[in-house]
Amino acid sequence: MSDSHAIAIAGHDSGHEVGHGEHPAYQRHHFVSMEQQNETVSFGMWLFLLTEIMFFGGLFTAYLIYRNWYFPAFVAASHTLNLAEGTINTFVLISSSFTMAMGVWCAETKRSKGLIWSLIGTLILGGIFLGIKYDEYHEKYELHHIPGELFHFNAQGFVHPSAEAIKLGEKPLAPDMAAKTEVYFSLYFAMTGMHALHMIIGMALLSGMLWKASRGGYMNGHIAFVENFGLYWHFVDIVWIFLFPLLYLISRHA
Amino acid sequence: MSEKYLDHDPNSGHSENEPHIVGPGTYAIIFVCLLIGTAITVGASFLEMGPWNPVVALAIACAKATLVVLFFMHIKYSSKLMKLTVGAGVFTFLILVGMSLSDYISRAWGQW
Repeated sequence: MSDSHAIAIAGHDSGHEVGHGEHPAYQRHHFVSMEQQNETVSFGMWLFLLTEIMFFGGLFTAYLIYRNWYFPAFVAASHTLNLAEGTINTFVLISSSFTMAMGVWCAETKRSKGLIWSLIGTLILGGIFLGIKYDEYHEKYELHHIPGELFHFNAQGFVHPSAEAIKLGEKPLAPDMAAKTEVYFSLYFAMTGMHALHMIIGMALLSGMLWKASRGGYMNGHIAFVENFGLYWHFVDIVWIFLFPLLYLISRHA
Repeated sequence: MSEKYLDHDPNSGHSENEPHIVGPGTYAIIFVCLLIGTAITVGASFLEMGPWNPVVALAIACAKATLVVLFFMHIKYSSKLMKLTVGAGVFTFLILVGMSLSDYISRAWGQW
């Protein structure tokens, strides 16, 4: 049955007097039940997340194709990333996903204090992630690894690796291949940058949620926003779960 | 609510739609699994496995992502509609990525 039909029927028996008040105030009138509304809300959120997966999928595909074409350049450029900071960031982001999952549970079971502390924890861990990411970007800046005007000076570093780099197994690249390290760094900044942008948007939403939760919000059972934000935050975590091995790990022995 | 909907009770015979609250115990177990998975994938990157290094890294990443989707994102406890939607999305994603990559790989087939 279509929704328009449902509204017409509701209007016919003068809707609000008949049987009204049997549903929570936050249930929209075009839904039969809260179960249907909840299902619809998370269904819509998942459709949005699937478009996000397709978006990042384009970046992943570009990365894999260019890695195949300019393999030696991608291997050499990957070796310049800071593995320790990348690993710590993975742990930090997984922890923030856990605190967010706990936040959703606290909202579901109406634990106000628990929800507030979970959101604070998630916000802090997100901040730590971005702080470490900033440090990594800064290192790239100092090494002139940021694509653009200053980059070509640095490509020389891949043609003539330092003595200690050679000792670690680094192979010198031909000048034309060394120039292709810029493609790696372009994709590195595009992928981690889009991921960081998603985290910044997420932390803005988190702050709003925390503000509302600290004023007793989400304790009446209407927690669709918390649940959907949880889905978003876990999605951002999943993107990093794939970015980390692709950018940092898979070229270490190549 | 109209009488039209009396036979439309979503709780009758739709046990799969009942809200299921995932508890801290489950979250903690999954959290520990994800931490272990991260440790393993970093550890595996120090081993010399030739072409298997990327395969192992991506397999662990897929396992971790599956845990996140099933438990943190509640898909294990969701309705068949949600499971099918997520499955169809992942399937479409794999088709798009897989066919793009197979095109690039096979363009110069036999010409090397």
